[in-house]
Amino acid sequence: MEIILSAAIGILSASGIWLVLRPRSFQVVIGLCLLSYAVNLFIFSMGRLTPGAPPIMPKGGFIDPTLYADPVPQALVLTAIVISFATTALFLVVMIASRGMTGTDHVDGKERSQQ
Amino acid sequence: MNEHLIIAPILIPFVTGALMLLYDDRQRREAKFWLSIVSAAAQLLIAVELVVRAKTGGDISDAEGISFYLLGDWAAPYGIVLVLDRLAAMMLVLTALLAIPSLVYAHAGWDRQGPHYYSLFQFLLMGLNGAFLTGDLFNLFVFFEILLAASYGLLLHGSGQLRVRAGMHYIAMNLAASLLFLIGVSLIYGVTGTLNMAHLANLVSAVSVEDRPLLHAGAAVLAVAFLVKAGSWPLSFWLPTAYMAAAAPVGAMFAIMTKVGVYAILRLSMLLFGETGGASAGFGASILIILGMATVLFGLLGVLSSQSLGRMAAHSVLISSGTVLGITGFALAGGGPAMLAGALYYLIGSVLATGALFLLIEPMNREDGGIAAMLALTADAYGLDSEDLDEVPDTGLAITATMTVLGICFALCVLMLAGLPPLPGFIGKLAMVQALIAQTALPAGLAWAFIALLVVSGFATLIGMARIGIQTFWAGDSVLPRVLALEIAPVVALLVVLALTSFKAEAMLRYTGGTAAALHDTVAYAYGVFATPRVADRPEEDAQP
Repeated sequence: MEIILSAAIGILSASGIWLVLRPRSFQVVIGLCLLSYAVNLFIFSMGRLTPGAPPIMPKGGFIDPTLYADPVPQALVLTAIVISFATTALFLVVMIASRGMTGTDHVDGKERSQQ
Repeated sequence: MNEHLIIAPILIPFVTGALMLLYDDRQRREAKFWLSIVSAAAQLLIAVELVVRAKTGGDISDAEGISFYLLGDWAAPYGIVLVLDRLAAMMLVLTALLAIPSLVYAHAGWDRQGPHYYSLFQFLLMGLNGAFLTGDLFNLFVFFEILLAASYGLLLHGSGQLRVRAGMHYIAMNLAASLLFLIGVSLIYGVTGTLNMAHLANLVSAVSVEDRPLLHAGAAVLAVAFLVKAGSWPLSFWLPTAYMAAAAPVGAMFAIMTKVGVYAILRLSMLLFGETGGASAGFGASILIILGMATVLFGLLGVLSSQSLGRMAAHSVLISSGTVLGITGFALAGGGPAMLAGALYYLIGSVLATGALFLLIEPMNREDGGIAAMLALTADAYGLDSEDLDEVPDTGLAITATMTVLGICFALCVLMLAGLPPLPGFIGKLAMVQALIAQTALPAGLAWAFIALLVVSGFATLIGMARIGIQTFWAGDSVLPRVLALEIAPVVALLVVLALTSFKAEAMLRYTGGTAAALHDTVAYAYGVFATPRVADRPEEDAQP
């Protein structure tokens, strides 16, 4: 499972970084999305991988923490997802405004001159 | 009741901003403006009260004047905690001091250029105040996102192709930086198992040898995210364009946005990698020094090569944050609190001066049609034909009261940024230079190189700004700009505050000295959180239902 998860994070962030460095604004948006998925998975993995364990402990009595998943990264991931979703939506709006104003989807608002 | 004052700088702008969203801009602009002013004034009053509390040690704080506020009454480190110390209180005052003039200036016309200006402004204040107050890493992320989201809206305020393009770069840059922030935070959490800054400070020295590189990697990734905000050199190419494109009052407010990044680096590096950091003590100090020096160098080259006042002001923001970053590095390496005291004093002055400068740009350029005309003027001034230069004074305008006021304000800003007496720039730089000469922890060559950069950057600012001043005030055309009192009053107010900073320099340096000493001595911060009793655990008469 560790291999699969780390490979997934690696591939997502590699694709994300490549796309972010592209000149088209839509590619940049998709790249940022992929990067944020990679980061969310990464935050999740920082709570250690514990398959099938609940994050919420029952009330009372002695509890063995090794039987439970760490709830903090799960809460962090939720927050991070919401925030990155909102800011990406905002970025999309700005991107569309830029496309409308400049007539091009180049991130600099103008095409590179042909040699 | 009194203890709840700590959370007021976050709640007041939040409630004000949310309330103003309910009303239409066009019909209620006047009401919104006054509501914003009242909110900002309340924040200023509370911030001043909090400074007094941080200085003397308030009723609920422990010995060192640090107050803690347990949100939701959860005991640390399980809940989120707000921490008020000298540094946080100082930054709160600075934010409110900058906010009021910027609001007044915006009322002269900028607030009509787009919807919900005042709400966004309040949310920006909320994010700033929250970032200064929080004692939790992830909460810091949330407040950063709040202030960034508001700043995206404010940067785009007024629309136009230039702003949208600069805004797109700014948003993309900050989204990427936020992702780095998350990676850093989660790495640190993965190693230490806590997000509470005070708890982290306790745990850093106990991290095992094999985990330490991971902790360092996390801190470094986190620092990159902060350095993007602070406008440190290789990460700052977006900054001048974005700041120049922003509407004038927004640009003035952005003067403090870079300082949030500087603040976060200062707070976290002193807390985690200060003297109590064990094997990690001093981590990243040399990099901070080098980046700070590179940023100052980049800023001074930018100031010299800029053709417009906007770009120049943006580069002087870089110089000021580079200076404080470098000094943070020196302090982290064991340079002693004295230089940090000077740097914090300098930070206050330079934020106020760059804020005033951003507000001055637009009135100064009004009659000659902005940047394009400025470029043409420069081309004239540097024309090969020297006869052109001689002719310029003949067509110069008679300086009237408007020009006099503008000119004096501009000159004072330049004096401050260039570090000439009697304004705080000089006193701050002097304090830093003195401490740099006296320090023994680092090679003298490095300290001298930094001193040289400080002096040269001031000189470059003087040259660049004087050039702009000559073009505007001596070589302008004879059409007088019509400047509203509402536009010049905020600038004058900021300069009066600057003068007061200079006048009260001794008291302020004593305060920043105490701040720097408190930053070096992390024990009060690191253990105070755990000594704070929950409301539920307190004796009966204190407990509230």
